[in-house]
Amino acid sequence: NPYAGLVRQLRAAWRSGRTRPLEYRVGQLEALGRFLDEKKPGILEATAADMGKPSFEAYFTEILLCKNELHEALNNLSSWTKDEHVGKNLVTQLDSAFIRKEPYGVVLIIGPWNYPLNLLLVPLIGAIAAGNCVVIKPSETAKTTERLLAEQLSCYLDNDCYAVVTAGVQETTRLLENQFDYIFFTGSSSVGRTVMAAAARHLTPVTLELGGKNPCYVADCCDVRNVARRVAWGRFFNAGQTCVAPDYLLCSLEMQEKLMPALREAIVEFFGPDPKESPDFGRIGGDRQFRRVRALLSSGRVAIGGQTDERERYVAPTVLADVLPSDPAMQEEIFGPILPIVVVAGVEEAIEFINARPRPLVVYAFSSDSKVVAQVLERTSSGGFCANDTLMQVTLTSLPFGGIGSSGLGKYHGKFTFDTFSHRRGCLHRSMGLEPLNALRYPPYSLQKLGLLTATVGVKRRAICTLL
Amino acid sequence: MERMQQVVSRARAAFNTGRCRSLEFRIQQLKALERMVHEKEREILAAIKADLGKSGHNAYSHEIMGVLGELALVMDKLPSWAAPQPVKKNLLTMRDEAYVNFEPLGVVLIIGAWNYPFVLVMNPLIGAIAAGNAVVVKPSEVSENTAQLLADLLPQYLDQELYPVVTAGIPETTALLAQRFDHILYTGSTTVGKIVMAAAAKYLTPVTLELGGKSPCYIDKDCDLAVACRRIAWGKYMNCGQTCIAPDYILCDPSIQSRVVENIKATLLEFYGEDVKSSPDYERIVNKRHFKRILGLLEGQKIAHGGESDEATCFIAPTILTDVSPDSKVMEEEIFGPVLPILTVKNVDEAIEFINRGEKPLALYVFSNDKKLIKRVISETSSGGVTGNDVIMHYFLSTLPFGGVGNSGMGAYHGKYSFETFSHRRACLIKDLKMEGTNKIRYPPNSQKKVDWAKFFLLKRFNKGQLGLAVLTLLGLVAAVMMKVSF
Repeated sequence: NPYAGLVRQLRAAWRSGRTRPLEYRVGQLEALGRFLDEKKPGILEATAADMGKPSFEAYFTEILLCKNELHEALNNLSSWTKDEHVGKNLVTQLDSAFIRKEPYGVVLIIGPWNYPLNLLLVPLIGAIAAGNCVVIKPSETAKTTERLLAEQLSCYLDNDCYAVVTAGVQETTRLLENQFDYIFFTGSSSVGRTVMAAAARHLTPVTLELGGKNPCYVADCCDVRNVARRVAWGRFFNAGQTCVAPDYLLCSLEMQEKLMPALREAIVEFFGPDPKESPDFGRIGGDRQFRRVRALLSSGRVAIGGQTDERERYVAPTVLADVLPSDPAMQEEIFGPILPIVVVAGVEEAIEFINARPRPLVVYAFSSDSKVVAQVLERTSSGGFCANDTLMQVTLTSLPFGGIGSSGLGKYHGKFTFDTFSHRRGCLHRSMGLEPLNALRYPPYSLQKLGLLTATVGVKRRAICTLL
Repeated sequence: MERMQQVVSRARAAFNTGRCRSLEFRIQQLKALERMVHEKEREILAAIKADLGKSGHNAYSHEIMGVLGELALVMDKLPSWAAPQPVKKNLLTMRDEAYVNFEPLGVVLIIGAWNYPFVLVMNPLIGAIAAGNAVVVKPSEVSENTAQLLADLLPQYLDQELYPVVTAGIPETTALLAQRFDHILYTGSTTVGKIVMAAAAKYLTPVTLELGGKSPCYIDKDCDLAVACRRIAWGKYMNCGQTCIAPDYILCDPSIQSRVVENIKATLLEFYGEDVKSSPDYERIVNKRHFKRILGLLEGQKIAHGGESDEATCFIAPTILTDVSPDSKVMEEEIFGPVLPILTVKNVDEAIEFINRGEKPLALYVFSNDKKLIKRVISETSSGGVTGNDVIMHYFLSTLPFGGVGNSGMGAYHGKYSFETFSHRRACLIKDLKMEGTNKIRYPPNSQKKVDWAKFFLLKRFNKGQLGLAVLTLLGLVAAVMMKVSF
């Protein structure tokens, strides 16, 4: 077990209690903030090298959103960690009843390659805030960012309590043999199953942020130009490599005709006549991923884009029309800058189509008619839901972010990250006095005792009132 | 295998009709459960007595009362729990609706345990129904009378397709676990908990595991021993020790060990009289296998009190062991029986160290007049829950989440926590198609000016509460206008 020594080391640091005091956690979080500020150029360069990430996107997602989470944690840490006092019943009126938020211990965070800093650091912020020691496993696919984290993060955080581990698939499997007190994984559903099976061996609780095909229904009644812009923005951001990107469009034949010129216009507005030249359009994250995405192009007919360049791992912002459910683009999560349009008769067919498939991370619905939006919301199930826009729901840290079914288990962002990495321990601190009251519960039993006991411990329906 | 597939797919088809979504339907089902508990009280008490030798009074206060309380609480609070919860918005989403929608998960599986065979099925079931799910109920086959009763009664009161009861032994339960569920709540042993989670992993099914462990009980020299020992004896010997949160063993200073024994002995006399075997308030071990297992733990131990047994009736007398060694068999597994080992420790530091060497328990108990000492023991150890200066009682407060940590389990339930356990919190952001101007800061082509605007809107550099909503709205409007002008 190549990682046994490392885990043992972290566990010893955990046992020493070093990560428990608030001042320590604040210090580490502030150091993380300094890392984001001081290493900004390095971060922008690394993400550009790994997947041609435009610097605006890198700054917005990898630095700005992380700092948002940091500030949220630092502003609220003392109130989040406070004991939560709870309501008491008659028999516990004079006692102290509260919920303690306690760290789990040594936790493991495995990050993906598409937002290599954000999807590692946002969970890390919550794990540190909650007082845990952390093994940090960045994705080996985003090599430059992996190296940056391995070399630089250790200069800012306490190395006894937070360790960055670089590992490929084989080594990660060995890493998962160790006992962790919590595992946070972001990645594909199939690897998610492997992680959960490994966790089951040690009864380790998990949060799995996985993926799926996020449907995007566009009703006939809407502002076509605005819809086209918002959908195009969400689809082509990070060259489509976003777990909450709108994966495919569902709309009527009429709407498909109307949307096409609007989408074309939006793409030109965003990236100019040749997106390959635009500094604001990214590239695919790896060679294998590029080939996979390229193979999806043989679906429906290419209405916009379709050009590729293997050397640069470039896939043009593409819209496919008249896509069939049996086409390659509809068999797997696209995770690339391709937007298939599947024609449906109306909202009923769209809802049926969505419900016939595994539950996604997000369902999107565009309509100026709020009733249509409400219908889609009420009759589908997904991790989250956003009406009349894309991606924006994840920037609100007060909303819990996570999947359902094969798109994942557990939630985070903002306080939800802190809660994810905390054990809520129910505590009842009773007084030694008033022992005669306890006599009601001791044997030998009698009907009279039972009656009195029911009165003091039971919960009554509000409409009923009993006079003792 | 086929039978299990059929049961689950029927439940799923029933769930998909959408009829268990409405609050009216859920409350109607819960009301039916309440009627069942009242109308069939005698049958329920008789089944529990047949399974565990438990007296009617005991069964009522340990099981039925808890169920009625939970039903009353849930029916009262359900409308407020199920209501969408608006969340705080940022400047960019000011004009939008942002909230968390509580939705059912789908078809959930509840696997009960044999020690409190009624309440450990009913309480989770209440939460699952309240959250709008279809539920497959699998009571423990070890407590066969209660299992059969639930299989007979639930279909008489509840929607038969949505809430099927499956009576099954180990092979059929394995077949059941091969089906796809949207949540599994299992109460039982750590070993089987791992099997349940491994089965769940195949479908990425979230789980709540209520397992066990050895719940330590530390008695400080500075405390009212008579009161402490009475409370401990009550919690230890109820249900003949077969309680997941029973104080498993005692840690105390050697100087008070004999007084602890004397006090517990005196309490046992008070509770059960001279001849414990003839007390109607003392239960029996559930079956011969556990009877033999528990007797085996007494080998080589110093029995300070009790030790008598009768295999024919699965009776084991309330037993106290003294000067127990940490390496003995009785300290290797959760006792789950009326045997109380006492281990001596020199001080509270040694007690904390001892507790931390073991797996995290479901409950932890500490008795002391010194509040600081109690706080210290709590903060330097970990456990599912804690009761200070008493035992068991944190279970009865439904405002406290009840569950384990580490080997003692994951997830929690009771009261509102049951509702949350069986609900999906769906994040919803409802925008409109207007105000497109504000979106321009995020669209390419990008520029430093846009970056600066993005920072303004998203970076939380100030405490918004202090600024006040009115000022923020004004800022938002001004910003929107300015951006429309500059782009």
